[in-house]
Amino acid sequence: MSVNLLEVKNMTMQFGGLKAVDSLSFSIPQGQLSGLIGPNGAGKTTVFNMLTGVYRPTQGEILLSGKNIVGMKPYEINHLGMARTFQNIRLFKNLSVLQNVLIATHQHISYGLFDTVFLSKKFQNQETEMHAKALSLLKIFHLENKAHEKASSLPYGEQRKLEIVRAMATDPILILLDEPAAGMNHAETHELMKTIARIRHDFNLSILLIEHDMKLVMGICENITVIDHGVKIDEGTPQKIQTSEKVIQAYLGVEA
Amino acid sequence: MHKSVKTPLIAFAALLLFGGLLNFGVNAYIQLIVLFVIINSILAMSLNLVNGYTGQFSLGHAGFMAIGAYTSAYASTQFSFFSESFGFIGIFVTTITGGLLASAAGFLVGLPSLRLKGDYLAIVTLGFGEIIRVTLLNMEAVGGPRGISGIPSFPNFFFSFSYSCFWALICFFFIWRLIRSSHGRGFLSVREDEIAAEAMGINTTKTKVQAFVLSSFFAGVAGALFAHVTNFISPSSFTFLMSVNAVIMVVLGGMGSLSGSIAAAFFITLMPEALRSLQEITGVDLRMVIYSLLLILIMILRPQGLFGDKELPDIWRKYVRKSA
Repeated sequence: MSVNLLEVKNMTMQFGGLKAVDSLSFSIPQGQLSGLIGPNGAGKTTVFNMLTGVYRPTQGEILLSGKNIVGMKPYEINHLGMARTFQNIRLFKNLSVLQNVLIATHQHISYGLFDTVFLSKKFQNQETEMHAKALSLLKIFHLENKAHEKASSLPYGEQRKLEIVRAMATDPILILLDEPAAGMNHAETHELMKTIARIRHDFNLSILLIEHDMKLVMGICENITVIDHGVKIDEGTPQKIQTSEKVIQAYLGVEA
Repeated sequence: MHKSVKTPLIAFAALLLFGGLLNFGVNAYIQLIVLFVIINSILAMSLNLVNGYTGQFSLGHAGFMAIGAYTSAYASTQFSFFSESFGFIGIFVTTITGGLLASAAGFLVGLPSLRLKGDYLAIVTLGFGEIIRVTLLNMEAVGGPRGISGIPSFPNFFFSFSYSCFWALICFFFIWRLIRSSHGRGFLSVREDEIAAEAMGINTTKTKVQAFVLSSFFAGVAGALFAHVTNFISPSSFTFLMSVNAVIMVVLGGMGSLSGSIAAAFFITLMPEALRSLQEITGVDLRMVIYSLLLILIMILRPQGLFGDKELPDIWRKYVRKSA
């Protein structure tokens, strides 16, 4: 039996008296594109923050490739192959687009401070490699011409794309996208859907995405988990979710 | 010659030529001010690594400087092994020792910085600087409030100048290249957004401690140079005001600009001296009033500092080439 890439067991997050997420369990098989949806305040971003180590869950287990990552630092989890984007865009604003991507590749370099100071062969080779890699990733999202612009000068949609590029540069096996299409128009969303499908195929990625754009979620996700008030209310294929009584109630309320 | 040492050597040769001119061209008073400019440049550049590039607000730089100064001064006065038999080499060894001890202290101060941010970190580092000063004040072994005098120096200005420039160049090129490497980009990412940096695989804890250790090494070196140039140090040389001066230089020059730090070191060191002549004319000591007014004016007109986060070559390209 193949092990799930990500396995979440009874994950709970308690902020004082508030249970933001209540014994949530789900799993993502290798290569799947999964969606996490729910009404506003359902706890989706809290789930992301626990998976990536920003919050430590009060209870439960998170297994990445069979390894329990609860209690690890965010950078350690990232080194194990989980990368993310942020809902409220967290780029390195005052740095160039290229620098943003290069920072994410830092974990792959092996040259030390002395190589830097004496501009050694090792330093130069690895820097050249990093730059080439960063540019090729930027190309996928058509950002290569803006490599030397300040990240904060990009239009909103492109900043979201840059976040994805930056996450890709860490060489992840699982990538978490927090509302990648927020603030994009229909044409942009459509293009983004195609790009996500493409990188997933080209880089052999598994993806978990949070999204409010139902067209995008239903269009590309193979499996959807729905949460409300921190509790999982349903899970399954898009067809199943679309007709689920509980999901409709969570989004639209119960008929009086 | 390997290109990593070519540019620094050319710069060093140019500075030596300049030092030779100064050696015969100007009086001892101006020579001493020139040395202070160089020492302050090292201080400002090293603090820029922590405050400007890594974004950790440190107010204890005088403490690191004091450690470097006292280490080098104590070693070269107590152990004639360093000062007499080796002369120049002895001072070199004690300078490095001073730097290393200062960076050990930087490691200790770096640790609380993992949990503290902004104002809180500033207060902790400020406290650290004061602890160092008060400790020295009460240590009889290093002269207590009397300090250490008769610290061995160089035979003439030219030697002091060359030696100071040697360290200033090491400091400059070290930080310059560091910032343009992946390690340096790690520092920048911590300043920009710690949460995002962690999520992108940067060990922010390690990065911050690294910044403190490297920065305090050069602060210690600056302190050692100060000790050997002035021949006398006491705890009152390293007050809180010294730390504030270092911060002013970094902010005035521009957070994250090495050329800015050097320009500000020139300005901050020369301005009070230049205003001295004004006092002779007017008869009233308005030095500090004018000096503060100038600082306020500059910060109003250029809140990002003289150079912002740009370096001299960037500014050259932007303004000079364009108009040509």
